[in-house]
Amino acid sequence: MAATLTIAVPSKGRLKDNADALFERAGLALRKTGHERGYSGVMQGLDGVEVAFLSAAEIVHQLESGRVHMGVTGEDLVHETLPDVETSVEFLAPLGFGRADVVVAVPDCWIDVARMADLEDVAAQFARAHGRRLRVATKYLNLTRRFFAKAGVAGYRIVESVGATEGTPAAGTSELIVDITTTGTTLKANHLKVLEDGLVLKSQAHLFAARNAGWTDGALTLRNAILDRLSKAV
Amino acid sequence: MAAESARKFEALEAQAATLLEIFRRGGYEQVAPSIIQPADILLDQIGEAIRGRTYVFTDLSGEELCLRPDLTVPVSRLYLERHPRADAPARYCYNGPAFRFQPKSASGTHPREFRQAGIECFGVADRDGADAEVVLLVADAVRSAGLKQFRFRFGDIALFYALLDALSLPERWRLKLRHYFWRPPAFHALLSRLAKGEAPNSGGPVAALAATLADKDQARAEELVANYLESNGLPLSGNRTLGEIAERLLDHGADLRSEPLPREVATVIDYYLAVEASPRETIDRIAMIAKGAGIDLGPALYMLSRRFDLLQARGIDVGAASFATEFGRDLEYYSGLVFQIETAGDKTSPIAGGGRYDGLLRSVGAPGEVPAVGSAIHTERLLAAIEGES
Repeated sequence: MAATLTIAVPSKGRLKDNADALFERAGLALRKTGHERGYSGVMQGLDGVEVAFLSAAEIVHQLESGRVHMGVTGEDLVHETLPDVETSVEFLAPLGFGRADVVVAVPDCWIDVARMADLEDVAAQFARAHGRRLRVATKYLNLTRRFFAKAGVAGYRIVESVGATEGTPAAGTSELIVDITTTGTTLKANHLKVLEDGLVLKSQAHLFAARNAGWTDGALTLRNAILDRLSKAV
Repeated sequence: MAAESARKFEALEAQAATLLEIFRRGGYEQVAPSIIQPADILLDQIGEAIRGRTYVFTDLSGEELCLRPDLTVPVSRLYLERHPRADAPARYCYNGPAFRFQPKSASGTHPREFRQAGIECFGVADRDGADAEVVLLVADAVRSAGLKQFRFRFGDIALFYALLDALSLPERWRLKLRHYFWRPPAFHALLSRLAKGEAPNSGGPVAALAATLADKDQARAEELVANYLESNGLPLSGNRTLGEIAERLLDHGADLRSEPLPREVATVIDYYLAVEASPRETIDRIAMIAKGAGIDLGPALYMLSRRFDLLQARGIDVGAASFATEFGRDLEYYSGLVFQIETAGDKTSPIAGGGRYDGLLRSVGAPGEVPAVGSAIHTERLLAAIEGES
């Protein structure tokens, strides 16, 4: 039987473990079909649902294009990846796990810097002293650009960083970072501090619906059933 | 716009030949800088606003590169390759593609791939003369290509700096206002904060440290800051020096003690930045603002006036042009005259733009400041405007 609704869930890491546990509690245990290392599965207790196991980043793209109806992924990735969030996805429910803040952090020896407004002054001074802009290491290019523009900070440039971002200021390859943090321990260990008004986004895992998917009556019924049971289990 | 018709291709080629012919006759040597440029040099200069629209990529060796978003920086680099000490005057012209990402909603006058034809004039010490030369040559070029109706919009970054220099201000505020000029919303927030005398964050141990620094010299301040960092377990790391941190705390300490910016000074700056009229009227109005504030902008205004006399005498309709004191606030490398050529009052899709950028060459590797002025024509827009006229 062809699936009526496709839902994408994370295929690895802590997001996967938390999502599996949540669906289990909701009485909708996810089960892989076919090969153990395969990427598709079914939802026990709900016929007509196909489960696609994908990376959290890939889920955002699949939601945007409407190739899946629903998906579980992080808010941070959705806001970073989609140029126009509201027209491509719908936020159905926060899921209570994968909590993390995207923050602006600077070396803690910058005792003259406490807020975003200080950064523009530092940028001006830095340009005079070093002949270049402040470098912000991050993987969140778009979130950073939007947040800095709103704060009126322009004298910077982004250096893309996909791992160990918090080590880049000490290594001298950036001056400050925009990164995700849960407890702040990693930031502290790297002698970084979060700016007072440097919270870019409070993120957690969400259940999303794709606005561009083919929503048949059957798909809508399944969506309501999933949302209903998940909401009770969160 | 990438898939252009054969007819349009031919029309653009013919137009480019005309423009380049005018430029070469004006003494400008034709050059063709690389389309692919090292990303870091370009992006350090143009900043994140244009970087967000620049096609950046990494090649197989891991080098970060970009498709040039305009030709001024690439031509400046070419000049430095030929004259590493930047000690010879040079005049270059070019015609070639530039690339900028455009959102899907952008209109047809903002294609992501467009051809720029332009001129850059380096190392000419007679700045007024070079400014006028560039304006006249670009006007001549668009006219020769067939454009009949157009007008100039002018601005002058140096005039704003002259105003700041003439006003009575602490130097640290002057530096801040100069820097914030490029970010209008932050500029106005800063101006009103200085005018209201709102002390920047006077609580906490760091403010207390700043307050104790207020009457110290830089060396003593650095020592106190070093002690503070040490006793609080904050190792100095990264690229900012102890001196830079101490310098900002000294400023902070001075701000805590100083009187607010006099209301009149903030008003003068606001009035100045609201002026937009014909060049002659602009000069009169700025002279009145200066007189009212009791400051002397005489030499700067005289130079401005002389520049417009020169342009008028050489056939530019200065009376039809406009001058806006705010104009030029979006491209940070400009340092003096800025201008654009508009048709039918369309400010957002200028046919050509340009200005003076004396600071740029130093930041791409020249040993010091190099006088530089240039202009680029958006050739697709020029062609469309000419076709619209006939």
